[in-house]
Amino acid sequence: MSRPEDNLPPDLFYNDTESRKYTTSSRIQNIQASMTNRALELLGLETPSLILDIGCGSGLSGEILSEGDPPHTWIGMDISPSMLAVALDREVDGDLLLGDMGQGLPFRAGSFDAAISISAIQWLCNEDEKGVDPKTRLSRFFDSLYACLKRDGKAVCQFYPRDDKQRDMICSAAIKAGFGAGLLEDDPETKNKKLYLVLTVGGEGNKDITGVVKNMDGVDVYDNRKKLLAKAKGEAKQGTKAWIMKKKEADRRKGKIVKSDSKYTGRKRNIKF
Amino acid sequence: MKLLTANFLSCAVKACKSSPLSFPLHFRDAELASKSVPYNPLLLSNLLPRLDWPALVTSSKELGFTLPDTKPELPRLSTSTGGDDGDMNMSVDGGSGVGEEDEKTLKMLHKVLMETEVVEGKMVCGSCGFEYGIHQSVGNFLLPSHLV
Repeated sequence: MSRPEDNLPPDLFYNDTESRKYTTSSRIQNIQASMTNRALELLGLETPSLILDIGCGSGLSGEILSEGDPPHTWIGMDISPSMLAVALDREVDGDLLLGDMGQGLPFRAGSFDAAISISAIQWLCNEDEKGVDPKTRLSRFFDSLYACLKRDGKAVCQFYPRDDKQRDMICSAAIKAGFGAGLLEDDPETKNKKLYLVLTVGGEGNKDITGVVKNMDGVDVYDNRKKLLAKAKGEAKQGTKAWIMKKKEADRRKGKIVKSDSKYTGRKRNIKF
Repeated sequence: MKLLTANFLSCAVKACKSSPLSFPLHFRDAELASKSVPYNPLLLSNLLPRLDWPALVTSSKELGFTLPDTKPELPRLSTSTGGDDGDMNMSVDGGSGVGEEDEKTLKMLHKVLMETEVVEGKMVCGSCGFEYGIHQSVGNFLLPSHLV
């Protein structure tokens, strides 16, 4: 399946025709609506709130926010002028901004109750121009997102990573920014699988995704952290072959002269010696 | 660009992040419009603690109307007063303890924050002087790469 991310940068890809196609396709409308509803369910907002929609496009998801129960007020940001033009034509309720999330979000601290982003943040991994580093863009985005959410705030970002590497890059950038982060996968192992990155900002009771999905049905929790912790502890026991290889690798990186590896590396000498 | 949004926007230029002058952004050559939006008192009472009142007073002065110098105080509304399925207005008028004064303040806030829009114009950073254009009420916050 072709990915729009592989063709052009987002502001050029979503030109007038592509934006109109995206907004009028009933298939996309349905998918977008169901993902937005899922995101809202994850956010679990009880009072009318101020929500930031990152990559709001033509306001398909924003419409659901303003029509929901309770009705929310939203501010949308997108990099494609054509998409925003379509949103203006559709007379959406939210306020719109033209901006690039990779440049950081231009909001003061503690502005929003919550943030959503539907099928957008994988664009941050693109390297469209020379001198653009996806890692810097990701960290600028997540740092500014962390700042502009209020305490106890939550963000849900649905995204399509190209592969596991890209997924991990996005997750680790979010964790580095200070979020409690977790991934929710709907319809795993199928063509329609959807990945939601659930981010939380401090606060009691919702330190991470496990608190968010606690009361939801049909969700299995895999906590990878304990395993990682155990791995880190058990790692590199002094004197083992793995430890020696690690040391050698480190010395090699420093530019020292290191004996080449062989099947004898790390073995005891034979009794004959 | 609603005044509500303007109250949360600060200059995105990297050098301005630490400057107190980068907020609020100042309106220039603004053309106003009024757009009717459903009245939502719960949202307003939720937002009020987060509003930067002096900034709001400054912005509204630049647009040619005046607000009281101090932030109005409101009792915090809660959803539980709404009853079964009565609409928002009913729940406020009902016995939730919102007096006529508060109601007036809420209506005023609603008009200023939600219904007043800047359709065309510019927003200028007080620190670096960067101009963010507003066209068809969409603010342009794309920065040239050397300022990021």
